[in-house]
Amino acid sequence: MKFSESIFAARFNITKQDLESYLAESLSQGGDYADLYFEYLLASAISIDESMVKSATQGVSMGVGVRVIAGERTGYAYSDDLSPEKIRKAARVAACIAAGPSKLDKFDLNEGARHNLYPVLTAPTETAFSERVELVKRADRAARGFDTRIFQVQASYADSLRYVMVATSEGVLTLDRQPLARMSVSALARHDGGQPQRGHAGGGGRVELDFFLKEKTPEHFAAEAAREAVAMLDAVDAPAGEMTVVLGPGWPGILLHEAVGHGLEADFNRKGVSAFSGRIGQKVASELCTVIDDGTISSRRGSLNVDDEGHATARNVLIENGVLRGYLQDKLSSRLLHSDSTGSGRRESYAHIPMPRMTNTFMLAGESQPEDIIRSVAKGLYCVNFGGGQVDITSGNFVFSASESYLIEEGRLTRPVRNATLIGNGPETLKYVSMVGNDLRLDEGIGVCGKEGQSVPVGVGIPTIKIDRMTVGGTA
Amino acid sequence: MSENHLLELAQGVVKRAQAAGASDAECTMAEGDEFSANVRMRELENLKEAGSRGAGLRILIGKKTGASYTSDLSEEGIARLVESAIELAAITSEDPHAGLPDTDELGALEGDLRLYSPDVAGLQPGLKIDMAKRAEAAALAADPRISNSEGASFDTHVGRHIFANSRGFAGEYRSSYCSLSTVPVAREGESMERDYWYTMARGFAGLESPEEVGRRAAERALRRLRPVKVDTQRVPVVFDPRIAQTLLGNIFEAVHGTSIYREESFLAGKLGQKVAGENVTVIDDGTIPGLFGTSPFDDEGVPSRRTMVIERGVLKSYLLNSYAARKLGMKTTGNASRGLTGNAGIGHGNFFLEKGVPTPEQIIAGIPNGFYVTELLGFGVNIVTGDYSRGAVGLWIRAGELAFAVSEVTIAGNLKEMLMNVEAIGSDLEFRGSVAAPTLKIGEMTVGGR
Repeated sequence: MKFSESIFAARFNITKQDLESYLAESLSQGGDYADLYFEYLLASAISIDESMVKSATQGVSMGVGVRVIAGERTGYAYSDDLSPEKIRKAARVAACIAAGPSKLDKFDLNEGARHNLYPVLTAPTETAFSERVELVKRADRAARGFDTRIFQVQASYADSLRYVMVATSEGVLTLDRQPLARMSVSALARHDGGQPQRGHAGGGGRVELDFFLKEKTPEHFAAEAAREAVAMLDAVDAPAGEMTVVLGPGWPGILLHEAVGHGLEADFNRKGVSAFSGRIGQKVASELCTVIDDGTISSRRGSLNVDDEGHATARNVLIENGVLRGYLQDKLSSRLLHSDSTGSGRRESYAHIPMPRMTNTFMLAGESQPEDIIRSVAKGLYCVNFGGGQVDITSGNFVFSASESYLIEEGRLTRPVRNATLIGNGPETLKYVSMVGNDLRLDEGIGVCGKEGQSVPVGVGIPTIKIDRMTVGGTA
Repeated sequence: MSENHLLELAQGVVKRAQAAGASDAECTMAEGDEFSANVRMRELENLKEAGSRGAGLRILIGKKTGASYTSDLSEEGIARLVESAIELAAITSEDPHAGLPDTDELGALEGDLRLYSPDVAGLQPGLKIDMAKRAEAAALAADPRISNSEGASFDTHVGRHIFANSRGFAGEYRSSYCSLSTVPVAREGESMERDYWYTMARGFAGLESPEEVGRRAAERALRRLRPVKVDTQRVPVVFDPRIAQTLLGNIFEAVHGTSIYREESFLAGKLGQKVAGENVTVIDDGTIPGLFGTSPFDDEGVPSRRTMVIERGVLKSYLLNSYAARKLGMKTTGNASRGLTGNAGIGHGNFFLEKGVPTPEQIIAGIPNGFYVTELLGFGVNIVTGDYSRGAVGLWIRAGELAFAVSEVTIAGNLKEMLMNVEAIGSDLEFRGSVAAPTLKIGEMTVGGR
């Protein structure tokens, strides 16, 4: 994408000279570094409930965030008005973080490196609503048709098209156009007036609408949600206490996101408040474990051509054969730690200060057959689907909530069990990984990661793995 | 900000939507100024300051609805806002229950609800930074084991909320808040733990002192050091007020009108029935001056009110907006809530558990062996079934006293049984947010550990 063709130049008449002068204004009090983050976001959402399309929304939000870094300090201001006066005002406010003589460097903005991971010609947001509304109607019909015990279905579809432009005082100008779409289906099942159970499924990515018509259809997500709800009708109480836990492939990779990913974000480590602080080079997992955070996988929900600081994303090795290798760095942390950005600086919107975040976090495949892994367990829990997770960075304790899991008895899956939270400790739990399957799978594209009040889309993935010891929070 | 500009603009949007073919329309506008200062290890770390505004529109054409929002309040932006909402009504379904509240349900509470304090907007940046520095310094000075910090922050927000609809309602109110928090890190040998404390008020004068915030945060972090993972067992569990508050949040989700008409709550169909112990009374009150859940009208233009939700264990009312009310054949309880976008959802006013008689110390003193929970992790609450399973941190109760720190355990049960089994409710009810509860004791839950 060329600057001159961007929405910011074409619709808002912003020139390179303008950007250079805003950056100069930002450093007028002597900061070390400044950047401008322009965002123009179109979004729409459609939802169906009780077989009626009850809600359809579309909107636009736009703005610019101005950041000035002076040593360890950050000044930030934003404006939802892209007029020159308002941008200048934001630049002056952000500039106040520094106290010194103006650094009127000559900024020559040149377009920086970026990937081309989502060459989407027509973003879903740009298609006719009549096509998109069909997706939720199809999901509703399919989930209801799956089983007579399904009595309530909700389906929603949401997409967005985000145009971003980052200009930095280091002279780098990057532009990106980021499409994103997601479907989700929730179904309730009930048998003979008994206790209802819920099932949930969803997915998407940085894709064209065709993805939902050809690859992952509404019927696919609907069947998955309905299947889970029906399966849970027979659920028994979850066990309580330490036991062997087997995670199925795909979305259970949320374990990695919580157990290690957050703890390796450089801001926490720079400050020495993470349970992983100072542990680079140490063994934090069994040698079967290699964990990667990769923002460069084509079309994935967590992928980005450039991060929200204008830096190209990368494939970063976090843990290699059990040894801690690196942190996820953004601009500020990499400056202070004298290393390079790993392309991990992300923010929810122009109104937010960027920080180190994950993209797509997964464990590389091992050599075990998934069936052999289950067969090796005399008594334990097999978890295939999860709700959210959370971590306490400092103690390293993390949880994630199993929404679909089964008892393993004598190497066989027996009964489904009710929702239970699993708890572990980041630098410890992966040491108990004793088998890793050959079936690495990435999730279907539904993850949202929250940190300090900012939400960003992410992906996870994992092969089937066996953890010899984890605490399961059931009642039985 | 000009006093009436946005209110007139919102009314204008409603009229334009009607002129474009909407049979009904409602427009929400919000504007606000935010400021935040973060300090860490006694130095200023971040300063953030900005103002923003936006508008949301929802229209009906007959029984079909469409919605749009924008941050662009220019003539062109407003034209697109109206056009977008009208366009979407073409793809939604006829919903016999769609609509606005009845005209006689609309209105606003009179009088000063003390939601806005003029002192907040006038606070100087230097003072705000100093407040954060003092709170962190107090935490760092509390004990040599407080060796690190995730910092302290002072935040302010001043805003205006505007709502107008085609049934003649037009209202606005200003609000403000300021808050101060700090997150110290305690260390002893290999054990590293953090915790936090905060104070929040509508006006600067309502804040606790920075020294008090720092001291309490440090105390909370220190008592978590050197935690033990206990054996799996069934014991009485005491929730400190910050944790009891999350349980109230779960009750709110269970009486949420949307969950009720969809039958996806364990309290659906239980109106008039005993759902909790006789000592449990839960109230939603959006009318208490100065509190965080207070407003003159809800997000559909219906006056806020006080609703008895659970009275001495009996479920008395769900919380409803006009849509959920029509679905259930009831009346709105004035609990409509929304951002700028989409159909109104359901929110709460000040949603709280009525306090009891014993002090927290008295409750703990009566427990020979139990778990006092001070932090929960994760989202393991299923409102459909009531299944409850969460990661927990806290202190073990031995012979009526807080004996040692516990972590990396879970607590599990079912909300239906937990509510029936509330054995004690403390006298320490405080409103630190819009959901509040005193210390409470659940007779027995499963603690999952070794």
